[in-house]
Amino acid sequence: MNKPLRRIAIFCGLLVLALLIRDNWLQYVQADALQSDKNNRRVTIERYASPRGDIIVDGKSITDSVETTGTDLNYKRTYKNGEMWAPVTGFASQIVGTSQLEGVEDGILTGNDDRLFFRNTLDMITGKKKEGGNVVTTLSAAAQKAAFEGLGSKKGAVAAIDPSTGAILALASTPSYDPSVFAGLNDGDKFDKLDKDADKPMLNRALRETYPPGSTFKVVTAAAALENGEVTDIDAKTDSPDPWPLPLSTDKLTNEHGECLNATLRVALRDSCNTVFGKLSDDVGNKKMIEQAEKFGFNEEQFVPVRAVESVYPEDNRPQNAMGGIGQASNRATPLQMAMVAAAVANDGTLMEPYMVDKLQAPSLDTIEQHTPKKLSEPISKENAQKLQSMMETVVSEGTGTNAQIPGVTVGGKTGTAQHGLNNSEKPYAWFISYAKTSEGSPVAVAVVVEDGSANRDDISGGGLAAPIAKAVMQAVIDRKK
Amino acid sequence: MSTNTSTHHTSTIGAIGAPSRRNTELALLVFAVVIPVFAYANVGLAINDEVPTGLMGYGLGLGLLAGVGHLVVRKFAPYADPLMLPLATLLNGLGLVAIWRLDQSELLQSIKQAGTAAPRQLMYTAMGIALFIVVLIFLKDHRVLQRYTYISMVGALFLLLLPLVPGLGQNIYGARIWISVAGFSIQPGEFAKIVLAIFFAGYLMVKRDALALASRRFIGLYLPRGRDLGPILVVWAMSILILVFETDLGTSLLFFGMFVIMLYVATERTSWIVFGLLMSVVGAVGVASFEPHIQQRVDAWLDPMREYTLSRQGVAGHSEQAMQALWAFGSGGTLGTGWGQGHSELIRFAANSDFILATFGEELGLAGVMALLLLYALIVERGVRTALAARDPFGKLLAIGLSGAFALQVFVVAGGVMGLIPLTGMTMPFLAYGGSSVIANWALIGILLRISDTARRPAPAPAPNPDAEMTQVVRP
Repeated sequence: MNKPLRRIAIFCGLLVLALLIRDNWLQYVQADALQSDKNNRRVTIERYASPRGDIIVDGKSITDSVETTGTDLNYKRTYKNGEMWAPVTGFASQIVGTSQLEGVEDGILTGNDDRLFFRNTLDMITGKKKEGGNVVTTLSAAAQKAAFEGLGSKKGAVAAIDPSTGAILALASTPSYDPSVFAGLNDGDKFDKLDKDADKPMLNRALRETYPPGSTFKVVTAAAALENGEVTDIDAKTDSPDPWPLPLSTDKLTNEHGECLNATLRVALRDSCNTVFGKLSDDVGNKKMIEQAEKFGFNEEQFVPVRAVESVYPEDNRPQNAMGGIGQASNRATPLQMAMVAAAVANDGTLMEPYMVDKLQAPSLDTIEQHTPKKLSEPISKENAQKLQSMMETVVSEGTGTNAQIPGVTVGGKTGTAQHGLNNSEKPYAWFISYAKTSEGSPVAVAVVVEDGSANRDDISGGGLAAPIAKAVMQAVIDRKK
Repeated sequence: MSTNTSTHHTSTIGAIGAPSRRNTELALLVFAVVIPVFAYANVGLAINDEVPTGLMGYGLGLGLLAGVGHLVVRKFAPYADPLMLPLATLLNGLGLVAIWRLDQSELLQSIKQAGTAAPRQLMYTAMGIALFIVVLIFLKDHRVLQRYTYISMVGALFLLLLPLVPGLGQNIYGARIWISVAGFSIQPGEFAKIVLAIFFAGYLMVKRDALALASRRFIGLYLPRGRDLGPILVVWAMSILILVFETDLGTSLLFFGMFVIMLYVATERTSWIVFGLLMSVVGAVGVASFEPHIQQRVDAWLDPMREYTLSRQGVAGHSEQAMQALWAFGSGGTLGTGWGQGHSELIRFAANSDFILATFGEELGLAGVMALLLLYALIVERGVRTALAARDPFGKLLAIGLSGAFALQVFVVAGGVMGLIPLTGMTMPFLAYGGSSVIANWALIGILLRISDTARRPAPAPAPNPDAEMTQVVRP
């Protein structure tokens, strides 16, 4: 009986061996994959086990973390003045995850980034708890406040850039939301409520919404006309009938007001002449218009590093291309895009890559990554840029943009009132793009869009609704520099 | 039977004057008590930053139980195997720690009675060791059990059928293997395991010659006669019935496997193994093809992630446990998170019983689980050695039956939790929470110790040989 007994012993040994092999497979070979599986709750638990790093504006944090009770997730995110900063931060919620800056820089903020690996390993050995790093932004608290308060209860967005570096100074969107509200594990219904709100408070209008740019697009058309030699002298008469019959169409393009017949480019921009810019766009042609728009950043997503949707200037037929020249066709732009147009003009034709993260800091405040300003493109020559500046400054000094004047500061701008809806029946969008210039160059370019005029339709114009907001933002930036 | 001679295997075979090894046992027992006590303190420090207040009571309790067990072995089974009691104590102690650790989880407290599993398990342990002592004191010779062969058969069938009695049986999560008596849930299958082993041993000892010799040779295999096939068919049918009516894949596999092992050892005929395997495959596949509960277990084994997703979507009858257990193991990695620092409570239901190995996997890591598996392997090895050393065929069969069943149970449970085979509703011996399991396994250890005591006991001194006397006289 002993021979079969020994064989059974071997059999039992094999059973144990199979278990040992399986265990090695599970806990050694597969361990990493199982550990980091996104469905593995431990990933979430670990993520919220320590306070999240902060997002910094002007040396102060605009975020914080609080300890929570009653769930397996220890810390949740809180925001200081969340509504104002939501378009900058996005959200970090235990229940819905992260978005925008919170999402893009999640690795640094949670401390899980590979660049913190060595530090984390050291901390593990010394028994220190893991900490998240900080994200230092380029934003200006004063400019953001001016933008947010300027928009007030109106629906709209503001984007402000430092033209010389591309640093984003303000990024406001209203109506907004407080991301603290749904930061916890049991706040899913609060998120759903905001998500389903008809006013779309969670839409980042500055980066993620495109609008018909209206007359502000005339700056791009003027740039195209100058770059392509359609106009060389901005103070020479153009050949522009008023009204101008749209090519291949029975429609005629007219003007709301102004001295537009054969107007000079300067006067045309000052009085926002549809006929002049419609004809110029047609003269330049669709292909060249697209080229010019693309040099300003159209037809491309921007990553700042938060993704901004692409602004478009599409291929189109002649009448559409002509209408596109006055920003009333199928071309659409984000507020960030139009701020980039103003910035390129203000920076003598050089467009800097827009960015909002100045540097990433380790928990010890050591810098892990520092942004260096990069040139995105050169959409216009320096000479033409200065011509455009001169014209845009005329707009503010004696044209439609007088509301943006700042004493002692040179301001250039362009208003826009973009019709939209079926038969242009809806309240038009009020636009204003501008830049300010001091003796040390231009510190700020800004684009403002106000969606709804609660005022009468006639009163809505970029100059009336949007220009004061742009002025406040520029003023805030200039005051900060002083 | 080829009787063992005492020329080899001196550690277990009753060579005349073999040491009793009781002091070895005592020394090992000290470790078996001290290690869980340290683990217990470790859990308290990790979770609450303080040495748990129950440490003294727990340590003394476990120490006292082990001490009493040891004294009884010393008195009533002095030549018994010195390893089995310490091994069982260590596993039982570590199990208690893990159960207490899971008691501390807020998540588990919210879904079952808060923090009461560990004290209950300590009580079950006391009852288990009491039964262990009863076995050692009253079972002076394991061969006595031979007399109860057929009563055992009836008893085992009775126990197995109990969960099917209306009003008594409980269906918990699809398996009907519990009965409820006075507020306690009892798994009769755990006790049936031992009783069945006694029946098989007694039956096979009598029938083994007929089964082994009266056979025809066919394609290299010895085919048994039809009438000798009877018992194996009955056991097979019984296993299938358990599978169908109690939907308990594990117990079914365990009983059938145990029977095949004992049949093989009794007859020394490989053909029985071939038959056994064939029949179990046919049975399992047959049942799985029409029993949805078993089918679902197989599906869950093949794709635990899908099962998890379905469960998360709220589809009835699906469970995320299997995937949660895999995550627990994976998250433990090589060295584990340390006692009290894992999240195996995410397994929720049965985290401290069927799935307790996952807690060890996460908190003690690969190293800890391998150590545990080797502890189990050692118990099995000591059991097989006891079978080798036993001098009577009944003892051999009973010892190998019990050890084989123990090994199979460990394999079926650990393999199920680790995703090697489909999950079955069985518990890790000694580690897992559950009165029936702990009590039955202590009884099992008691019987194995009795057999090994009988095996290692020095043979009575040879009768004085007058010739020897004569020779001695001429010695200087």
